[in-house]
Amino acid sequence: MDYLVRFSQSHETFRLPELESLAVIEGIVMKSPFCIVHLPSDDAAKRLIRRSILVQSIHALWGSGPDLAAVHAAVHATTPHLWAQYLTCPFKFTIDSYQGSRTAEDKVRIINSFAYLGFAGPIRMRDPDEEFTLFEDWEFNSTPLGIPDPKHYYFGRYLGSGARDLPKVLDLKKRRYISTTSMDAELALVTANIALAAPGKLMYDPFVGTGSFPIACAQFGAVTFGSDIDGRSIRGDEKRKTLRGNFEQYGLLGGLGGMFTADLTNSPIRRADLRYDGDGVTGRLFDGIVCDPPYGVREGLRVLGVRDPEKSPWVIPKGKVMYKDPDFIPPRKPYSFLAMLDDILQFSAQTLVDGGRLSFWMPTANDENQEIAVPTHPYLEVVSVCTQVFNKWSRRLITYRRIPDKEVDPEAMKAREVATPVGKSADELNPFRKAYFNKFETADGSSDDAS
Amino acid sequence: MKVLTLNFLTCAVKTCKSSSDSFPLHPKDAELVSDDVELNPQLLVNLLPRIDWKALRTTSTELGFPELPEQPPTAEELEADEKMLKDLHTLLVETQMNEGKLVCGHCGHEYAVREGIANFLLPSHLV
Repeated sequence: MDYLVRFSQSHETFRLPELESLAVIEGIVMKSPFCIVHLPSDDAAKRLIRRSILVQSIHALWGSGPDLAAVHAAVHATTPHLWAQYLTCPFKFTIDSYQGSRTAEDKVRIINSFAYLGFAGPIRMRDPDEEFTLFEDWEFNSTPLGIPDPKHYYFGRYLGSGARDLPKVLDLKKRRYISTTSMDAELALVTANIALAAPGKLMYDPFVGTGSFPIACAQFGAVTFGSDIDGRSIRGDEKRKTLRGNFEQYGLLGGLGGMFTADLTNSPIRRADLRYDGDGVTGRLFDGIVCDPPYGVREGLRVLGVRDPEKSPWVIPKGKVMYKDPDFIPPRKPYSFLAMLDDILQFSAQTLVDGGRLSFWMPTANDENQEIAVPTHPYLEVVSVCTQVFNKWSRRLITYRRIPDKEVDPEAMKAREVATPVGKSADELNPFRKAYFNKFETADGSSDDAS
Repeated sequence: MKVLTLNFLTCAVKTCKSSSDSFPLHPKDAELVSDDVELNPQLLVNLLPRIDWKALRTTSTELGFPELPEQPPTAEELEADEKMLKDLHTLLVETQMNEGKLVCGHCGHEYAVREGIANFLLPSHLV
């Protein structure tokens, strides 16, 4: 049967990738011409969207068309055998108008035109057993333009809702411990969905901060690991406001695998060299890697090392003497943004099981001359790219799938050359940071204010 | 930090990666605590192929847990063996290392664990 998915009106480019990811988690085959999806059963439809953040509800589609007559014809043609089940149950009949509105009289008139269904049960606006909805898709701005009718109608029987309440449960405003770069709950949950977080799976965030992604993944039943070069973000105030405290707040301690202080370029995580004949799992640890790496704008992009050993030759010998001191903080140096993205891809190729996903956030300028390309890796196939647009820059959620070793092109691996910008200052190393602080002005000095 | 995590961690020093002595890291002065977590057989079956069993046997003994069998169970054996499920759940999922040190068997570097958080940052001469 066909089912109508009613999306929420937010994060448009994320909606289909989220839904497609949920189909993978539930093992449901979904042929998807936009938001009408063909699914095997009512049960599959409910399962498909039960943990979706961006789907409001799903409905068995009884009929659709450009006008009401077409809807009635479709309902008559395909659903009379279903009507008998709903003749006596308490029910509710509503109209959901997108970008348009109806007067109360119009609504009653339209609802009454469905009288032939013969539903004689009590009408109950609260907690009905069954809910029937006529969706109207209007042109943008139809009310001021005086457009009399919507461009399309869909009529369906309500089956189930998504998890639109979850972002409120994990709302940052009510979270004990957050920082300036904590990812908002809604997008963290969408990221967890797209990365296929699920019960019994292992997820890792190498830039964990205060734990927004692991918490979202643990909410969906995964066991989570995380690290950060700045241990203070994990420890918090070492009392109530800690990363662990956040897990405690939501009753998710079972999903807290391990958090540690580490640098991705000197990671302690066990991993094997890339091969071409692996069995898909052995030697690889994670089902998913999710992260929002530092862009070098609000959060510095640094790795272990000395910035300029010639200028400050005393740093290394001093470290040799001091490093066993519990309060010793190892020196860090600015690092290339593009090299770090590549490090994340290489690390993911080494540690993700077959079919495991890497989902990470990456900023880019909207100006196409300054755009930063989607990074690639022979062991990783791009699944989706979602974009959240701000004024002059955007951030993208890029998702990859770890492909089996046997599908990897060895030539592509040989040809792989990583372009590493040279330089020592943060600006030289990070084209995005440089463009950001230059207000995305182009080389000729003009700034594209039209966008 | 769950004991499970210890099975995923090796010495962060690059020159140690090629030595088999750098994994697993050896707990020293370890203070263990235990969280009550509901048994999840699906998680343990998922974990099985990712765990380095030899290393887990070492860690288990070093932390004072009973000796694990020489060979890991297969997924089917594990699902059918309630005691094994429970033992592994207690060791891997419920037990946490809260304080102490993790020591590399190759270079001897000691990584401090404070409040369940291990610190793997290296001084510049080891980077």
